[in-house]
Amino acid sequence: MAATISSAKRRHLGRPVSIVGAGLSRFGAFRDMTTRDLFVEAFQDLIDHMDQGIDVEDIECGYIGNYSSDLFEGQGHTAPILADWLGMTPTPITRIENACASSGSALREGVMAIASGMYDVVLVGGVEKMTDLPTEGVTDVLASAADGLYEVPAGLTFPGIYGALAKAHMDRYETSLAHLAKVGIKNHTNGALNPKAQFNTTLLDMMERRKARAEQQGQPVPDWRDEMDFLNDPRANPWIAWPLRLYDCAPITDGASCVLLVSSEIANNFTDKPVHVVGTGQASGRPLHDAEELTSLSAAREAAAQAYAMAGVTPHDIQVAEVHDCFTIAEIIATEDLGFFGPGEGPRAVDEGRTALTGDRPINTSGGLKAKGHPVGASGVAQVIETFHQLRGEAGPRQVPNTNLELGLTHNVGGTGGTCVVNILRRG
Amino acid sequence: MAEDTRAFNAASYYAYLKEGQLMGVRCRGCGKLSAEARPMCQSCHGRDVEWFAFSGRGQLSAFTCISVVPNAMGEKGFGRNNPYCSGIVTLDEGPRISALILGVDAANPQNIGTGIALTLQVEDQDRDRPTLAFVPA
Ligand SMILES: [Zn+2]
Repeated sequence: MAATISSAKRRHLGRPVSIVGAGLSRFGAFRDMTTRDLFVEAFQDLIDHMDQGIDVEDIECGYIGNYSSDLFEGQGHTAPILADWLGMTPTPITRIENACASSGSALREGVMAIASGMYDVVLVGGVEKMTDLPTEGVTDVLASAADGLYEVPAGLTFPGIYGALAKAHMDRYETSLAHLAKVGIKNHTNGALNPKAQFNTTLLDMMERRKARAEQQGQPVPDWRDEMDFLNDPRANPWIAWPLRLYDCAPITDGASCVLLVSSEIANNFTDKPVHVVGTGQASGRPLHDAEELTSLSAAREAAAQAYAMAGVTPHDIQVAEVHDCFTIAEIIATEDLGFFGPGEGPRAVDEGRTALTGDRPINTSGGLKAKGHPVGASGVAQVIETFHQLRGEAGPRQVPNTNLELGLTHNVGGTGGTCVVNILRRG
Repeated sequence: MAEDTRAFNAASYYAYLKEGQLMGVRCRGCGKLSAEARPMCQSCHGRDVEWFAFSGRGQLSAFTCISVVPNAMGEKGFGRNNPYCSGIVTLDEGPRISALILGVDAANPQNIGTGIALTLQVEDQDRDRPTLAFVPA
């Protein structure tokens, strides 16, 4: 195990940083809401759930991840608008863009701003309003996270590049469509326990509802026996980018997320249960065609190595993780790149239920991007929020059974591996 | 040769493609080949690079068949009922590149084999930016 994790230079934070509060908007498709409305909702959720309250005036600085309000809704220079709508001017807020890793990167910027000694209280978060455009338009915007000169002209889309990764993984290892389907089934099972999830339902319930609707409308009732049957029906689960089908893909989502970071010295002014950011790593990768391997993301391996080195832990020590399952294959590859399982062993771990809520390595207890939803710029911090709740023992019906939780990890990928951010959190 | 003086950028890359030639660059310092037109070597940061003509032969290393298509491919008639194949091609000279794969049955991807031999066939050669495409050799 952990064979894929190389060593990385051990870097240190100038001083420790803690998370003391978290806020999440609803995730879904909200026709009348804009970027600012979504972020205000997440911010209000944060304010309402601070254990010992927060005076907004005490927030000194902010970093907000947002991939493309420019292309999604025609609004650039989003950060000062958010500052205004939060009633925070003249506090400096900076928008961070690293595609789907935008808010993972925003969190890192906030951590470094505090670790530098410059600020004590920093707001970090992310937001994306995606549903104004039709699917073709969203496909174009997401594809623009790939290389516009050397990847996109080949017809490659965002699902397309992950489709090619999936095919390469299937060629090299025992990976099958059934393994991909099982990742989706698991994440929807978790999402059914998450009231904020876009798909707050199991695939089995979704299937039963479709059958009931067909019956109501006097149409022939499909004879699906179980989720696998449902997922193998091309009418219910059509190809998007072979070998990926509709239910292998995270949905198009509107949503926002934020957490409050403070210098650990003052964390107890805000809560008795802080969560410390003990490791953070970020790396850049090349387009898939120029990658060392077609079955792994080098940026993820490097970001993980940096985060493990800073935290002084190994993959074996991580007890719960939120990984970037923009596609089902991405979760399998993530669990290998992070060293939880060896190269090519990810599919068997899914088969054996090891990544389920009750497994020895619970992955994506929130439902993941797959079921919780994937408002791209908000996802990195949303992953941190789930881990924050797990480590504080407040994840409700989806709390993992391990009562000795100490360490959690988040893995946030931008594009198809151009950026990866890995953060490691420790219970205070 | 006159064409060797072309700037190392995408405009030149596409101009070569319009002439039916896949041109990349070779670093004179370390020998690194790239199927992309780079002004600086990504391995040694050397600036002494030269144009390198690829043979246009390679093999299919990974691929996907896309049914939910971007607008540009939709305009060419591709879509849910008419998917197209895109892939990663390993050129005979070593580097890999993303390309459109034509002449394969994209509606039945299980019949497309990874590893098949491919040869360059520039698509839309009359456009300013032709498409890098390959067909089974
Ligand atoms: Zn060189």
